[in-house]
Amino acid sequence: MECIATLYKAGDYKNDQPVRWCAGCGDHAVLNSLHKAMADFGVAPEMTAVISGIGCSSRLPYYMNTYGFHTIHGRGAAIATGFKVANPAMSVWQVSGDGDGLAIGGNHFIHAVRRNVDINILLLNNRIYGLTKGQYSPTSARGFVSKSSPYGTTEDPFIPAELVFGARGNFFARAIDVDLPTSREVMLAGARHKGTSVIEILQNCMIFNNGIHSEIADKEHRAERTIHLRHGEKMLFGKDNQKGIVADGFLLKAVELGKDGYTIDDVLVHDARTPSNFLHQQLAMMDGRDLPVAVGVIRDVESPVYDQEVSAQVEQVKARKGFTCLRDMLLAGDTWTVE
Amino acid sequence: MDNTNQRVKTLDKVAVRFSGDSGDGMQLAGNIFTNVSAGLGNSVSTFPDYPAEIRAPQGSLGGVSGFQVSIGIGVHTPGDQCDVLVAMNPAALKQNVKFLKPGGVIITDVDSFKEEGLKKAKFLTDDPIRELGVTAQVVEVPVTTMTRAALEDSGMDNKAILKCRNIFTLGLICWLFDRPVESAVAMIQRKFAKKPAIAEANTKVIRAGYDYGHNIHAGVSTYKIETEPIKPGTYTDLKGNEATAWGLIMASEKAGLPLFLGSYPITPATDILHELAKRKDLGVKACQMEDEIAGVCSAIGASFAGNLAATSTSGPGLALKSEAIGLAVMAELPLVVIDVQRGGPSTGLPTKTEQTDLAQALYGRNGESPLAVVAPVSPTDCFTMAYEASRIAVEHMTPVILLSDAFIGNGSSAWRIPEADEFPPITPRFVPEELRSTWTPYFRDQESLSRYWAIPGTPGLMHRLGGLEKNEKTGAISTDPANHARMVEIRREKVARIANNIPLQEVKCDSPEADTLLIGWGGTYGHLHDAAEELNRQGHKVALAQFRYINPLPRNTGEIFRRYKRLIVAELNTGQFADYLQARFPEQTFLRINKVEGQPFMVHEIVEKVKELLPKDE
Repeated sequence: MECIATLYKAGDYKNDQPVRWCAGCGDHAVLNSLHKAMADFGVAPEMTAVISGIGCSSRLPYYMNTYGFHTIHGRGAAIATGFKVANPAMSVWQVSGDGDGLAIGGNHFIHAVRRNVDINILLLNNRIYGLTKGQYSPTSARGFVSKSSPYGTTEDPFIPAELVFGARGNFFARAIDVDLPTSREVMLAGARHKGTSVIEILQNCMIFNNGIHSEIADKEHRAERTIHLRHGEKMLFGKDNQKGIVADGFLLKAVELGKDGYTIDDVLVHDARTPSNFLHQQLAMMDGRDLPVAVGVIRDVESPVYDQEVSAQVEQVKARKGFTCLRDMLLAGDTWTVE
Repeated sequence: MDNTNQRVKTLDKVAVRFSGDSGDGMQLAGNIFTNVSAGLGNSVSTFPDYPAEIRAPQGSLGGVSGFQVSIGIGVHTPGDQCDVLVAMNPAALKQNVKFLKPGGVIITDVDSFKEEGLKKAKFLTDDPIRELGVTAQVVEVPVTTMTRAALEDSGMDNKAILKCRNIFTLGLICWLFDRPVESAVAMIQRKFAKKPAIAEANTKVIRAGYDYGHNIHAGVSTYKIETEPIKPGTYTDLKGNEATAWGLIMASEKAGLPLFLGSYPITPATDILHELAKRKDLGVKACQMEDEIAGVCSAIGASFAGNLAATSTSGPGLALKSEAIGLAVMAELPLVVIDVQRGGPSTGLPTKTEQTDLAQALYGRNGESPLAVVAPVSPTDCFTMAYEASRIAVEHMTPVILLSDAFIGNGSSAWRIPEADEFPPITPRFVPEELRSTWTPYFRDQESLSRYWAIPGTPGLMHRLGGLEKNEKTGAISTDPANHARMVEIRREKVARIANNIPLQEVKCDSPEADTLLIGWGGTYGHLHDAAEELNRQGHKVALAQFRYINPLPRNTGEIFRRYKRLIVAELNTGQFADYLQARFPEQTFLRINKVEGQPFMVHEIVEKVKELLPKDE
């Protein structure tokens, strides 16, 4: 991993509050990765804000030595948007879960992504409602049995990446909670990206949905069932990088090098910065069955940033009109004088 | 028409109602007439009456748009009824004739009163005046024909020519009320500055209308309207919703805080968003968000970030914002919430006026959730009270709900452009330098009980806010029962102490003999004031207290109530303010006058209802 020398250490972003997540919860790992990524990014704690909604993951701001706001269910993205527009110098993070971000807050989520406001959204996806003790969420698979779906759900889940691309998102990355180096890497990339960065963390809930990601997250499977994408590098995976992703018409296919005539030359090179999201979406949709789940930065494309555009327009119009105060503006309009 | 019956009336006030198809430009004609009158030193009050259907079929009853303006001396309302009704077509006549005073003047575009138009307006005969059974002086003017004739050589197509009919009528009205047509011409030139051909056409047409009036003056009452001396200064025309936007801007300038608006379009509040979106030229950041909830939430985010933050809406939108406003109560962040009230419940009557959101503003949140509520009494007062709402919000670290309404929000008035020093200073409660080392998020100013505002970006003041109850001392999450009880009490007392930072309540139309107090709040002021004056003229000693500060009430409220034998609360709901007062002053009896029709009060109906409540021997 890249070696970064900054003014700040992970500890500078930590506060002394006791962390109250369950022992073994994936959120502990996410918190550690975030402290480290913030130090890597190097923006001072007082110039950093962490805003959340409601849910287990949304407790995170209380454990940060930054400005923080634990708000109401689902509204973190809207509050973070107003915050960033009002105070663009701040580095703004939003922490959300699959219920907070994609159910009650789904509308704010897609609109934040569409506007491309410069915030970093950490979406902790454990496919369950933990704080309310175990109901299915919008990312639970069809048929999932939970307290509110005792006979299995009869609905299909969202795939967060698909929502992001549907909302014309320009940054999407994914990591597994217990994979700290990758989490730290994608959080830093998200922080550096100008615009809305969505970082999906596949996170384990020990109590209500233990092992939901274990088929891909467990060490013994991870090499074969995930692929770490890096911009400009070949899409290789497997314990000895003996497998690769190749194009199969308009679709993707996982192959073994040296088998069926496939060589390293057939393997695709990851281009996170190409404006077209066609391939990014296909990569993000790989689900670990025939194709490995993609982690790392899948899409990272520059595009006009909402808060910067708002500020620029204000400056432009101010300069053109030249008013210094309300009275100037009013006196320049339709007026008459009474003596 | 009787040629011998020429009269000139001198009046202290007169009301004119322009009515036509919603595409006929009645609002524009009315606005220009209002501004010309205001420029002459008349006081003015207007009431635009928009149709519920924006695209109703032409000439149909559902598509009628109206604009009533009252001009003269001491004008506080657009008038219960009008002296002159302009009806551009039969549907407009049918819908508006009920607003005409007996014996008033009806001006019609006789060219529109043909078979087709009469049929669309569901008249059964070809004599609509007789069919309606009204006694009025009717002036039948061939508006369409005359407008066409005036623009014969203009090269304009028929459709464009027809669009100038409103201005012909305006010219006629200017003659009728002795308004200088040149002032109106100047306004038309400014209005159409970017479309010189249209400016020229309308200039021609308004002169044609004025000359036509001059030529046919026989037979119609012409009016001379008294003017009153007004305070010297530079004046402009303002609408209530614009005034609200400008009041926020003035507050942001005085407080030295950037202004942020998060909003979502909703009738009749959208003009506030429109105006603030234009005011990027003054540095305002106005964001149209994805929904009402995002509107208020983005404002709360902006407030946490250190801006003067506001959200604008109407009743149903306020309902959607409730949970977020509760967050601002809990986090003790300044926030201005503007509710331009309309008829409810649910979607209700979106274009009509009511005062039915008072209970929602006061109580419409979960938990013990007190906040400040203020209400402007007129279009110009929207400026002052938006300023006051902002001042209270940032000096007391609390959300403030501003209860405007469709009547004053859409109403307009002449307004003297104030100097910044005419308004009290606004001092945001930032964390004082000397307290920085010991500061915690809920550390309070002991006098106001307001907490301090730590602006993100400041080193050393990093802190976490949130909707969970916090420890009074440390600001950490707390479920301690005694702490919660204390915090509930502190939040209540903090809002109550705002009373020390607002003006005392005034009483109007008062006299030593007055034994009855008429009580109102917000946008009904004009009607209640005229009613109180009328009652005094009739020998009933009635004073008026119109409340602008609703929660907390001014400190002298109880003392005022004790001075009168009878207290009568008049409001456009079923008694929400009366209930609120009754709970606070249980020793008093509050009599009630209520109306919930989506329409403002009429002065005469208040006069009658007050008289019904007075003892019979008076």
